[in-house]
Amino acid sequence: MEANPRSTGRLPAAFLTPGSSSFMDFLSDHSPDLLPGRRTLPPVQGAIEAPHGTTIVATTFPGGVVLAGDRRATMGNMIAQRDIEKVFPADEYSAVGIAGTAGLAVEMVKLFQLELEHFEKVEGTQLSLEGKANRLSTMIRSNLGMAMQGLAVVPLFAGWDVDREKGRIFSYDVTGGRSEEHGFAATGSGSIFARGAMKKLYREDLTEQQAVTLVVQALYDAADDDSATGGPDVARRIYPIVTVITEDGFRRLTEAECSDVARSILERRLEQPDGPRAALL
Amino acid sequence: MSTPFYVSPQQAMADRAEYARKGIARGRSLVVLQYADGIVFVGENPSRALHKFSEIYDRIAFAAAGKYNEYENLRIGGVRYADLRGYTYDRDDVTARGLANVYAQTLGTIFSSAGEKPYEVELVVAEVGDSPAGDQIYRLPHDGSIVDEHGSVAVGGNAEQISSFLDQRHRDGMSLAEALKLAVQALSRDTNGSEREIPAERLEVAVLDRTRPQQRKFKRIVGRQLSRLLEADTPSSTPTDAPSDEEPDESQE
Repeated sequence: MEANPRSTGRLPAAFLTPGSSSFMDFLSDHSPDLLPGRRTLPPVQGAIEAPHGTTIVATTFPGGVVLAGDRRATMGNMIAQRDIEKVFPADEYSAVGIAGTAGLAVEMVKLFQLELEHFEKVEGTQLSLEGKANRLSTMIRSNLGMAMQGLAVVPLFAGWDVDREKGRIFSYDVTGGRSEEHGFAATGSGSIFARGAMKKLYREDLTEQQAVTLVVQALYDAADDDSATGGPDVARRIYPIVTVITEDGFRRLTEAECSDVARSILERRLEQPDGPRAALL
Repeated sequence: MSTPFYVSPQQAMADRAEYARKGIARGRSLVVLQYADGIVFVGENPSRALHKFSEIYDRIAFAAAGKYNEYENLRIGGVRYADLRGYTYDRDDVTARGLANVYAQTLGTIFSSAGEKPYEVELVVAEVGDSPAGDQIYRLPHDGSIVDEHGSVAVGGNAEQISSFLDQRHRDGMSLAEALKLAVQALSRDTNGSEREIPAERLEVAVLDRTRPQQRKFKRIVGRQLSRLLEADTPSSTPTDAPSDEEPDESQE
């Protein structure tokens, strides 16, 4: 889609219309075909086979929030991709991790990142964390038609709230319903197991390092019981993606840091395959 | 019955140009200079909220003199153009040359269509490259022409005098502090040759810094960092005055 469809080469009127600071609003005026939610699917029998991403987990700690995801994408019984990335920075102070149809999810993240950047450039200030979470809600809602055909996208959104000075997590359902999670949250096929693990391991006074260990433990447990979630792959050096958002902004842990955490967990699991034991009473 | 007044096309265009030039001249001047690590934008602007310089895309920034509502409109149009292009193709496919072309076409069409009032704006579109040789600076006057500039540019009220002042003194590979001081010196000269003091809080300063690790190279320089740069001892202050990258883009102190 070229910006100047007419021969004069002049910016079309939609570009110079004052008003909205939203890139999505602009797209729906100027070139609605580019919006992911506007496509109509031909009627199909049964579910469409497309790679699906699986488990995303997040936890808060006193200085911020950690968001992590495994690396597997599956298509039915097959592993579609071993090293897919499902956790992305949304902007300087927030990140989004996506479970569901991988192709749509990546496109949605790209548009979401642009939506936040566009607002920041036009307005000269960032959206509030709530505002960002609401924009994501709108995008998921617009995908409802696809979701009904089995192409759902269910993200987990985490960020540092600059005004309240704390890390916050928002989870979503396919209809765009948004709810704030306190402490920890998980989404995707392995989320039941990950949530169970985090429930037993989570404490309110975690350090950043402990929070990172917690999410990798939870992903390990998810991979243990859910065939669609990938565990740490030592042979291929594929480890979960772990991101930390604090007052200083977004940071993705390097491969070396992730491998250290994953390997130390792996080592302990060789002795105790079910992981650390919580107190009975 | 009265006969319509005949105005020759030459006269009509000259009138429109005169009108636009007068509007631009009422605004304060601003300068854009290349320095060793990028491009610096300096202007006198008492407002902290209404910016003359702003980010368009990763490596591209925009500066404007003249009428606020008109250049603000063009700025937002540019952001939309760049974001749409980057979304459709790739972030690398958004270039200052493409953007300058679109602005030139837009300004040119408005200038020559009799039904519209000519825009009283003069723009600068700059893109920082991986090395100083890759830097691009385009100046776009009110009539839709494009001037490819090197080293230094001035637009606004007193532009001609400031440009000639800068041309004589600007050299390649200046440090940020040196370039900033030169810019402030140039802006402080009045039309009649006398000098006045511009306090730091009335300056708007921004850089496109190629050494910034982030993808987005645009950064405003405000508060303590600005006064530190202005006070820096010019000859000895070469490596230390690179802006710190800890602060977020739009930080205001």
